Amino acid sequence: MKGDPARVAFHVQSALRHVEKMNRSSHAPQPLFSSNKRSVYLNWTGLSGWKLIPFSVAVLVMIPLAVVLFSFFTPSDDIWQHLVNTLLGRLLLNTFWLSLGVLGGTALLGISLAWLCATCDFPLRKFFNWALMLPMAIPAYVTAFVAIGLLDFSGPVQTNLRSWFGEDLSIPEIRSTGGVVLVMTLALYPYVYLLARNAFLSQGRRAMEAVQSLGHGRWRGFFRVALPMGRPWIFGGLMLVLMETLADFGTVSIFNYDTFATAIYKAWFGFFSLSSASQLASLLILIVFVLLWVEQKLTARTRYTQVEKCSARGDRIALRPLTGWLVCAYASAVFLTAFVIPVTQLSVWTMQVFENDFDVRYFSFLSHSLFLGGMGALLTVGTALLLVYAHRLHGSPFNRLMVRIATLGYALPGTVLAVGLFIPLAWLDNKLIALGKAWFSWDLGLILNGTLTAMLLAYLIRFLAVAHHPVQSAIKRITPSIDETSRSLRVSGFSMLRKIHLPILRGGLLTAATLVFVDIMKEMPITLMTRPFGWDTLAIRIYEMTSEGEWERAALPAMVLVLTGLFPIMLLTRNTREDGYGK
Amino acid sequence: MANKAIIELLHVTRRYRNNKSSAAHDISFKVEEGEVLALLGPSGSGKTTLLRLIAGFEAPDQGEIFLEGREVGSGTVFVPPERRGIGMVFQDYALFPHLSVAANVVFGLSHLNRRDQARKEDEILELVGLSSLRHRYPHELSGGQQQRVALARALAPDPIVLLLDEPFSNLDPDMRTQMQREVSSILEKTGSTAILVTHDHEEAFAMADQVALLNEGELEQHDTPEVIYHTPASPFVADFVGKADFIPGIVRNHLITTEIGPFPNKQELPTGTEVMVMIRPDDIDLIPNPRAENTLFRRQFRGSENVYRILLPSGQVLHSSQHSLTVYPDQTKVELKLKVTHTVVFEKSTGIFEKDAYGRYRVRSRG
Repeated sequence: MKGDPARVAFHVQSALRHVEKMNRSSHAPQPLFSSNKRSVYLNWTGLSGWKLIPFSVAVLVMIPLAVVLFSFFTPSDDIWQHLVNTLLGRLLLNTFWLSLGVLGGTALLGISLAWLCATCDFPLRKFFNWALMLPMAIPAYVTAFVAIGLLDFSGPVQTNLRSWFGEDLSIPEIRSTGGVVLVMTLALYPYVYLLARNAFLSQGRRAMEAVQSLGHGRWRGFFRVALPMGRPWIFGGLMLVLMETLADFGTVSIFNYDTFATAIYKAWFGFFSLSSASQLASLLILIVFVLLWVEQKLTARTRYTQVEKCSARGDRIALRPLTGWLVCAYASAVFLTAFVIPVTQLSVWTMQVFENDFDVRYFSFLSHSLFLGGMGALLTVGTALLLVYAHRLHGSPFNRLMVRIATLGYALPGTVLAVGLFIPLAWLDNKLIALGKAWFSWDLGLILNGTLTAMLLAYLIRFLAVAHHPVQSAIKRITPSIDETSRSLRVSGFSMLRKIHLPILRGGLLTAATLVFVDIMKEMPITLMTRPFGWDTLAIRIYEMTSEGEWERAALPAMVLVLTGLFPIMLLTRNTREDGYGK
Repeated sequence: MANKAIIELLHVTRRYRNNKSSAAHDISFKVEEGEVLALLGPSGSGKTTLLRLIAGFEAPDQGEIFLEGREVGSGTVFVPPERRGIGMVFQDYALFPHLSVAANVVFGLSHLNRRDQARKEDEILELVGLSSLRHRYPHELSGGQQQRVALARALAPDPIVLLLDEPFSNLDPDMRTQMQREVSSILEKTGSTAILVTHDHEEAFAMADQVALLNEGELEQHDTPEVIYHTPASPFVADFVGKADFIPGIVRNHLITTEIGPFPNKQELPTGTEVMVMIRPDDIDLIPNPRAENTLFRRQFRGSENVYRILLPSGQVLHSSQHSLTVYPDQTKVELKLKVTHTVVFEKSTGIFEKDAYGRYRVRSRG
């Protein structure tokens, strides 16, 4: 649901991890402050606190996981039995078809467009090269309600078609498996597109030239070399798509398409059965675990892929004029349906309802969104920074494992996190209340649950990986020799942090903060399920309006989200400008 | 009967895309069957462009390219690389990382049936000495082994011509010499026609039957390595293929008089022409003589030889290569004894020579 380039970058990173491992020079990251006796100023860094940080964050991530998984074995209540009997089969089937459909759709669109943009030349290629990323700015649930608003029985498209061709015209129903698959494909294909294009570009011309020098044409080269070589990246992209699909709450609830995400929400807020919700969540987690395991297997194969410094020489495949225009038409069709039409429709609706709808409440939606985004970004980036430094100071295998666990949260659906945090926090709250009563005879009330604490913790867990990657790659630029040079020039300790580390890290920190901020703005299930009373955000407003079928009135907050969603894409295009092919 | 020309280039020109100047300008040459040709030149000389034109990765703007008498590239005809029957070894090898050694080697053999593929695979892997590594993946091989796979893969489909694009530049120096020998002997065994691109004249001399020396897109000289070394066609060639000093001289009475003695005027240049005479370090012997006017300074010990710098009275500097065990102290006064069998003389007015800060003549450095 989160059109989120950082996650893409994260996967590029994990795909590259093995390559980096091979290239990594022998020196291990050196402690920022050497803990030998001569650096007396900053002895505190020698404390084991640094070692504890990754461990504590990892534990924080593991708690909701453990709670949810544990509930799988707890005795079940009637509601659970009822759900198993009536719903579970449909949930599994729906989830299966949805995943399969979206995987197929995004693979088809993403890989084909990536190949065409990376290696061929056709009219408007340079434009489509980045324009095809733009649908990332639109959360899938926004595309979803625009699609329903447009294509539903009472929507303008069907109404017009009926008035032209008569009443008995049969048009496929948009509220169907096919409809959800189509919408999610259009919203999520950029993940595959981006990663596959990266793969094709990094192969450079060489691989294809080698194929040709061995007497094979380009089509064969595509299927036998380019595609297999790009496999880790493409699988990485598809994995992201799959996780987003499983985590999705907004889109499927707009379509009334029952999946685990909606069932968890209904079990909790409809049947008020937290135990059923958490049992459903445990099933979802098991599926996600299988996927994580598969992902691990797949990206481990990356070491077969050499990343080559590609030569700028060589021409793109010059398509015949007719083929070129057909390709251009194909790209235009995707771009129009995935970006232009939704945005246009949103603008039209926004203008229609603006006068009546835009009132003082919007300032509170907006300020809540901004505040949560800002606080969440600060907390998440701060934690990421601590993790990264801890890893730099103590690059032990244990710490590496802890960092890996701490950044697993990106795979946890928001609904699962909400349930998994609520249960332990409720327990803790009760303990605290009891303590408060016993010791101070004072009713503390809920300190954690239903407060911002729970929300921010959930955001932190979910988006830590998003923040971790840019900060991590920024700190890699501070090589041990930079620290040594600085020390040899008698700048060390805090002045080294201020004069050297901070300026180098600044770009990475800003990127991380932007990405997390935008992700939190768009986040729906966590916000919906853990927010304190009255803390409605833009995303919640969209949820409420769409659940009443008021598409026009959901357009205004959606428009704001789309606009903020453009920021990460700008960051992304800035970072992926290098192009292995001739112009 | 003369050998058949496998490759022929006629007036081939290839322009840079955004630039009016040429990457290759009016180049013509032939490569005969079984011959190894080295395209030698500094970076930017157009040698790789030529190789890519022959391979079909680029098309000439003018001129024609023939492979076994068949026109494959010209203004009107363009045969794509996959239908030219060439084999190519890339600078970075471009091995398919997702395929094993064996699968890489048989990649170009899909026109054969399984049994023939297996036979060919065995044969080629045997030839390059990789039979025991056939199930490995490229990333599990050393640089030299990767290169052998690249060679095996290119040779497997029996290409008309093997094109090697700076194939040794990714190897460390020890490995490089060894691989040069190995590749040479493999090419000899298979009787392959080959074109080798390199910027290293020693590599070109060691491996090639013929050398085509390129400079700024122009073919400066095309001949055997010996001729190129001893009688370079231009000061650029002289300077590029080894150490060369140039001594100014003037034509007088059928002789060229220079500071270090007379040379024959074989080109019959008119009297009064100002010229430069090329002297290679191995053309000069030294005889210590306290009354001589030339001074030795700064000996460089190279292991197998000693290279001396000699300061002439005019301020010119010559280099002389002497036996490893012949050691003269600094500032020794020496007489020069020339062992020149062929005098190489260039007219001074060509604008190629310039004086450096010490007033010595040298070939103008390009760009």
